[in-house]
Amino acid sequence: MKALVIGCGRVGSNVALQLAEEGWDVTAVDEKEEALTRLGENWRGGFVLGHGMDVDVLREAGIEDADAVVVATNGDNTNLVVAQVAMKRFDNQCVVVRILDPARADFYRTLGLRTICPTKTAISELMEAARACEIMPRAPVTIT
Amino acid sequence: MYVLIAGGGKIGANLARSLLRDGHGHEVTLIEQRRDRYERLEHEFEHQVQVGDATEIHVLDRAGIARPPDVVVAVTGDDEDNLIICQLAREKYGVGKVVARVNDPRNQAHFDLLGISATVSATASIMALIEHEVPEHDLIHLLELRKENLEIVEVQIDKSAPAAGKRVEKLKLPEGSRLISITRNGRSEIAIGSTELQPGDQVLAILQPGKEDELRRVLLKS
Repeated sequence: MKALVIGCGRVGSNVALQLAEEGWDVTAVDEKEEALTRLGENWRGGFVLGHGMDVDVLREAGIEDADAVVVATNGDNTNLVVAQVAMKRFDNQCVVVRILDPARADFYRTLGLRTICPTKTAISELMEAARACEIMPRAPVTIT
Repeated sequence: MYVLIAGGGKIGANLARSLLRDGHGHEVTLIEQRRDRYERLEHEFEHQVQVGDATEIHVLDRAGIARPPDVVVAVTGDDEDNLIICQLAREKYGVGKVVARVNDPRNQAHFDLLGISATVSATASIMALIEHEVPEHDLIHLLELRKENLEIVEVQIDKSAPAAGKRVEKLKLPEGSRLISITRNGRSEIAIGSTELQPGDQVLAILQPGKEDELRRVLLKS
C-alpha cells in the first residue's frame, strides 16, 4: 500500500514513520529540506522537496497511484486546497486532512473532506481532564 | 451594492477607494489581517475596515458575510487564502459573485478545479500583453471568457495566408467560431460577410476553446 504524506513537520513526520513501520510504502513531501531529518537516518521511504500546491511535486511523489494521502502542512488553507486537488483532480478516494481551525474543519467536512481537527481533540481531552478534577479528591501537593 | 474585500494591500485598498468614490454609492467592508496595515487603513476607511484573518468564519461573520454581499473579492497575497475565502463565501454563505486574485499563475488550475471563476492574475495579464506586443505565435490569446466557454484570439494575415484576398463569407470558418473585427493601417472595423481580408490585417476572432487549430488552418496555413 502506498501513502503520501504532505507536510513533514512534527505531525506529518510521525505519521510517515508509523505508516512505514506498519509496512506502507511512504513518500513524504515538504518544502524544507530540514524536514527530512525528522524522518531519521534510517528512513527508507521517499522524500520529495517541494510545495504541496505544485502538481508536478505531487505527481513526482506518486499521487496518481497513492492508496492514501495525508495532508498535514502547517497551513489550514494550504491543506484544504491540496486535499481538494488530491480528491478532485487526481481522483484519490482516501484523503485525510489536518485542519487546526474547528470551524473550517466542520464546514469542509460537510463538503465531503475527511478533516481531522487536533484542536477539537485537545479541547475535549482538556474538558475531560478538568471534569475529572471535580470528582477526584485533590491530591496533596508537596513541593520540595 | 455591498462589496466585501479581503486583503488590504495595494489592490484591496485601491479597490475600496474606487468603489467608495463619490457617486458610486457602494457599501464596502475591507478586511486586513496585519495590525500595522489595518491601523493605517483605519485612518482612511474608519469603520469600513476590520482587522482579522478573512479565512476565519467568525471574522467573515463579523464583516457581514451572512447578509450576504453582492460580491466578495479576495485579493490577499496568498492564493490558498483567496481560494478558501471564495469557497466559503459561495458554498457556505451563498454569495452569488466572487472574484479572486491569482498571485502565482501556476495556481490558476486550482481555482478552475474548485469552480472559482472570475480570477485576475496580474502576471498572466502582463504576459498576454507582452505576447500581444511581441507575438511569438501566429495566434494570440487575448481574453478567456471562462463562464461562457469562449475565447477571443488575434491573428495576423500575411501574404501567403489562404484567407488573404478572400471575403469573410467565403471562408470556411470552423463551427463555433466567428470573426469579430479587422484592423488595417491602425483603423478597425467590424468584420461582416463582405469584408475582404488583406495581407497585414489583424483579425480578432471569438471561438470555443479547442477550435484554434481549425481556425489557424482556414486563416493562416496554406
